[in-house]
Amino acid sequence: MNPQDIKTTVKTFILSEYLPGEDPAALTDTTPLMTTGILDSIAVLKVVTFLEDQFHITIEPHEAVVENLNTLSDIERFVMSKEA
Amino acid sequence: MMATRALHQLLDVSASRFPDKVAVEEAESGSIRYGELAHLSDRVRDRLRRMGVGPGDRVAICMRKSGDAVASIFGIMKAGAAYVPVDSTAPASRNAFIFHNCAVKVLIVEVRLAEALRLEFRQVGFAPEMIVLEGTGAGVPLTKALDQLDPVSPASPVLSAVPDSSQLAYILYTSGSTGRPKGVMLSHGNAASFIDWCSNVFRPNEHDRFSSHAPFHFDLSILDIYASLKHGATLVLVEQQLGKEPGRLAQWIADKKLTVWYSAPSILSLLAQFGKLDQYDYSSLRLVLFAGEVFPIKYLKLLKFLWPHPRYFNLYGPTETNVCTFYEVPRLVAESQTEPVPIGKACPHCEPLVVDEVGIEVAQGAEGELCIAGPSVLEGYWNLPENTAKAFLPGRDTRWYRTGDIVVELPDGNYKFLGRRDRMIKKRGYRIELGEIEVALYRHPAIKEAAVLALPDDDGVPIKAFTSTRNGSKLSIIELKKFCSENLPLYMVPDLFCSLESLPKTSTDKIDYQKLKTMK
Repeated sequence: MNPQDIKTTVKTFILSEYLPGEDPAALTDTTPLMTTGILDSIAVLKVVTFLEDQFHITIEPHEAVVENLNTLSDIERFVMSKEA
Repeated sequence: MMATRALHQLLDVSASRFPDKVAVEEAESGSIRYGELAHLSDRVRDRLRRMGVGPGDRVAICMRKSGDAVASIFGIMKAGAAYVPVDSTAPASRNAFIFHNCAVKVLIVEVRLAEALRLEFRQVGFAPEMIVLEGTGAGVPLTKALDQLDPVSPASPVLSAVPDSSQLAYILYTSGSTGRPKGVMLSHGNAASFIDWCSNVFRPNEHDRFSSHAPFHFDLSILDIYASLKHGATLVLVEQQLGKEPGRLAQWIADKKLTVWYSAPSILSLLAQFGKLDQYDYSSLRLVLFAGEVFPIKYLKLLKFLWPHPRYFNLYGPTETNVCTFYEVPRLVAESQTEPVPIGKACPHCEPLVVDEVGIEVAQGAEGELCIAGPSVLEGYWNLPENTAKAFLPGRDTRWYRTGDIVVELPDGNYKFLGRRDRMIKKRGYRIELGEIEVALYRHPAIKEAAVLALPDDDGVPIKAFTSTRNGSKLSIIELKKFCSENLPLYMVPDLFCSLESLPKTSTDKIDYQKLKTMK
């Protein structure tokens, strides 16, 4: 899957699950997700499960951290590194 | 067993019996033995006394949960003062409000948090003395700070306070409906009656290893800290971040060989779903205690399937009384059971009464508000005499604390929780006044109207905020979440937002919450 597809897939998921009603343009590649209350700890777990199912990767508990999941760009980079 | 009098005496008794046993263990920063903990808390006491702290004062702690925090708590009580613990991750403005509200004399704080608090204090002309720690970890930074302040230990150390049972031990701030947190005042006698009950029911011993999952500003911590240290057990602190991650936490509980687990049901639900519990050895675990909210029955059943051998207890009680009813979950929960487990029967030190809207006792088996009397019932709310008066049934000699919880007594004598009579909710064990979230939203310059609702479902309690703006424009939800996270603790940030041109009104021009409930 190419990087843009990863971002679009994750963005669609986050918008529908955690930001219903939000203008899609407001969620940019660099919007912080974990540090501003958009994703709380339970939402992060669900995003992790979504990434595992969607991209057929395994995410270890210690990898579900701000450095890997705080923005759409972070997530894209992280998923790419797992797929590689 | 002798009845507990002052909470800090529990530590000194255990320290004389088990000086070399580990009292508090941290996830990564080491541990502290009973003898060391007692000595360090003596030094905190001596320092506070020299700063003028004595009986009737308040001293706050604002730091990561740590051995340093536990030693500070005991030192504060030994000096005769009440401790005021806060969420160190909450906005500085909220914590500064709390410290100012109860006029703390001294604040023991980590350096990384001190400057933001000083700025807040300056705005309101408040200047408590501070003991500033470089960080936290097994009491080392606290020792260092005391070494700098008191390079020579005093020739004759002062004696610890011997409080009477009505003297305050701690003040816990909970969400307040007016938008400001309110301080629940608990005395040594209040806590001691509860801890003695824990001793009788859970029979802790020096081989136990207790979890400390709840933060210290949360009333679950009272059982963790005092029921463990009273009996020479080890209190194993769960780091805040670890406590939210079921994957890592599941392995950690097994590795640490915990024997007693106590938390809100939400993390237990997550452990059951995401913890891969079948991969680890939990043979040490003998008690699973939960409190603070309803445990969804499907996840309780799943957890019992994965952890079949411990005994499970549902503990019920507001911060104002601590645990006042309890229910042991049967070994086998029927597959057909779809209702949550009951909150159980009153603890022997608590007297229950179920009343109707006007305060008259209802017939057995009828719905009503649960009221509690007894030695564990709070002294009052800090500096809020009206709230304190309203918290008790009027016109009675006995102080019947009104829990606000609607219950029904089942034929077997157990109480079943039905809901609230006001706008307070429980989410992940935290109590949240929806009004406090509304007040925070109204601080946003563009917001004209705000109404917040809880919409409980099988999985939890999502919070939904309805807003309208002054110029009719639609606010970005991301922007609103960010704004809320800067003004409220994260657990109070609404999950969902709905922007309306104006909010629906009742015939008396009040916001129509019933109508909002129907707007999905």
